[in-house]
Amino acid sequence: MSAAAAVLILAVVLIVLALVYFLVSTILALRKVVAGLDVVIEHVGGIVEKSAPVNDVVIAINEQLDAGVAALEGLLVKKAGLADAVGLVDGIYPGAAAAGLRDFPDSTTIDPPRIGEVYTKGTLTLARLGREAPIAAASPGEGVLRNVEGGSLAARSLYPDGRQARPEKLPTSPVIGTDAPDQYEQREDIGAPRKRLPASR
Amino acid sequence: MTLWWIGNLVLLLVVFPLVVYLLNGVLQAARAIVPTVQGIATTAAAGSQDLDAAPLLLTTQEQVTQTVAGIAGYGGSLDVILDDAEPA
Repeated sequence: MSAAAAVLILAVVLIVLALVYFLVSTILALRKVVAGLDVVIEHVGGIVEKSAPVNDVVIAINEQLDAGVAALEGLLVKKAGLADAVGLVDGIYPGAAAAGLRDFPDSTTIDPPRIGEVYTKGTLTLARLGREAPIAAASPGEGVLRNVEGGSLAARSLYPDGRQARPEKLPTSPVIGTDAPDQYEQREDIGAPRKRLPASR
Repeated sequence: MTLWWIGNLVLLLVVFPLVVYLLNGVLQAARAIVPTVQGIATTAAAGSQDLDAAPLLLTTQEQVTQTVAGIAGYGGSLDVILDDAEPA
């Protein structure tokens, strides 16, 4: 065998070894991918299975809520009249008058009266219910009725205080001991023998 | 013989490194997929776990039904108690 033939065989063997190493490594990596995808398919199947009835249930809930809203709006319009009903809704939910009432198409054309002025206390009660109470600007021209970024106590400042019903700052507990800021002079007679009064005659 | 040697040199210095380079690229790409797939599997598992509460929607549906029924009852009572608005 000539030297050139030996070198050729060596080169072919090297190439085959490289092919074997890299292809086997690639196969192992792809097997990991397949195992991972099996897990993904299993969990995605769980997602599909669990979310299958959600659509029907949510549609049913929405239908029932729509029926409730329609009934309440109908009752409100029946009792308060269309204009006052729109004003009341707009007083609680500012801007809602533009959307109008669902079953009353004419409600979108009504200029809502300022019912909020009448129901201010109730509106503030709603405001105290939670930070997400949807009344941010119930008093046009006077700024927001409630600081939506502040606590619920912000609405309390809107009430006039006839008397101070709450302390601005609770009194602190007294500090006692040798390090107390207020030191009191000790009476000398405390702990001393009782004075003997002169005997009465 | 000279051409044979030239062929050997080309095989060793050009073909072999090229084969190694290309196969290494395929291997690195395949290995790069593995953590991504594992991340997807983890996310899918978390998503599936998040939906464990989906059956509670049936309870929500029942509660909504009862609430709407209660509202209808109150509405009926208010309809009787309160006078209707005067026609404009």
